[in-house]
Amino acid sequence: MDRRVLLVGTRKGAFILTAQSGRRQWRLSDPHFLGSTVHHAVLDPRDGETLLLSARPGHLGPTVFRSRDLGRHWQEAARPPAFAKADAPQAGASVDHVFWLTPGHADERGVWYAGTSPPGLFRSADGGATWEEVAGFNSGYLPTIRAHVMEVPGGARLHSICIDRRDARHLYVALSVGGVFESGDAGATWRPLNRGVAADFLPDPSAELGHDTHRLVCHPLAPDRLYQQNHCGIYRLDRPGETWRRIGAAMPAEVGDIGFPLVVHPRDPDTLWVVPMDGSANWPRTSPGGRPAVYCSRDGGARWARQDAGLPREQAWWTVKRQAFCADGDEPLGLYFGTGSGELWRSLDEGNSWRRLAEHLPEIFSVAAA
Amino acid sequence: MQVVIPSQLHDYTGGRSRVPAAGDSLATVLDDLDRRFPGLRFRVVDEQGAIRPHIRFYVNRAAATSLAQPIAPDDELLIVGALSGG
Repeated sequence: MDRRVLLVGTRKGAFILTAQSGRRQWRLSDPHFLGSTVHHAVLDPRDGETLLLSARPGHLGPTVFRSRDLGRHWQEAARPPAFAKADAPQAGASVDHVFWLTPGHADERGVWYAGTSPPGLFRSADGGATWEEVAGFNSGYLPTIRAHVMEVPGGARLHSICIDRRDARHLYVALSVGGVFESGDAGATWRPLNRGVAADFLPDPSAELGHDTHRLVCHPLAPDRLYQQNHCGIYRLDRPGETWRRIGAAMPAEVGDIGFPLVVHPRDPDTLWVVPMDGSANWPRTSPGGRPAVYCSRDGGARWARQDAGLPREQAWWTVKRQAFCADGDEPLGLYFGTGSGELWRSLDEGNSWRRLAEHLPEIFSVAAA
Repeated sequence: MQVVIPSQLHDYTGGRSRVPAAGDSLATVLDDLDRRFPGLRFRVVDEQGAIRPHIRFYVNRAAATSLAQPIAPDDELLIVGALSGG
């Protein structure tokens, strides 16, 4: 690809980085929607030009903006994601922010999904112009598991919307806190998929519901291979299996397997990366020991290798959020992550070495490559 | 009646900080504004009809906390984006 784009969502706006072939020289844009929290910005891989961005200003309600020219012009959704108005006053939910955006199946041009806080699943059939509730989830299934949806800092949210490339009706979503859920009928009905996942913050560690999935990934080429980075470790599930296996158990004990993001190699289902964080005692959620690193497994989680060349060797107390780590599709694969301290880092050799692309940005919430 | 528009909503009004509007209540004035400036209402009132936490309405400088607040043709509605944090 001649042009590579990074879409960076931050607590104070969005930034777009562009690079020509080689990915070595990047140009950082001026901020878009400065002052608004941008939880996610994603370019549609199906047409290569439709860009959706979720915006939550401090004062105003949440919305979604669209651009077809990489941010030169923006158009607000005519009907942003919103819950149905309840019959009784005070009974209905209202969207605080749109946390997640996912383009739909390759055969469903114009379809997008959005996950919100408080948790809700929404669908657009017109490229993000108008949004409808996925009623089977929001008003059908969600009320039945409401007692297991726990509040977290920033609000409980629905994220990691995954679509099976073989079947547009086969969906997975994750709730933090709530767990992983699956639908085989385009969202009409749902079932939990959390067996084998630890939940050491619940009185029943074998509970079927109430898990804290930080990031769920369904491999794009091998959709029966699922990975998740959970509050309680790194897991793998091979469908049609039903029980997750804790592959994070093979991580070095002094580092642990707690974290937020997880990235898979788009051409190799056995290769994945995580960014460990400190989950000890008071859960600082920073780089263990102040020494940040990415860990890579090339055998589906049996063994892990530390990748920290180029990263700070000490006193770097980073937090990398769940949608702030991504891969491009190039060869060799490029990896990118953003930190809570506003630094953007990249690797052009699949994690073996890292270089800083930008610093002094606001707190980074999301990084998406296109 | 006249509506004073805060800077946060100037993208909707083309940069205008004061616009005329019609209606006999806060709800109907917001409906009128939304017809002329699509999307504005949802940014200040949520889908359940609640005023957003960091938006304030004042009618002739008196706080209006309900969308049912009556508004007369000669009134001035002030919309304020207030104290949203750092």
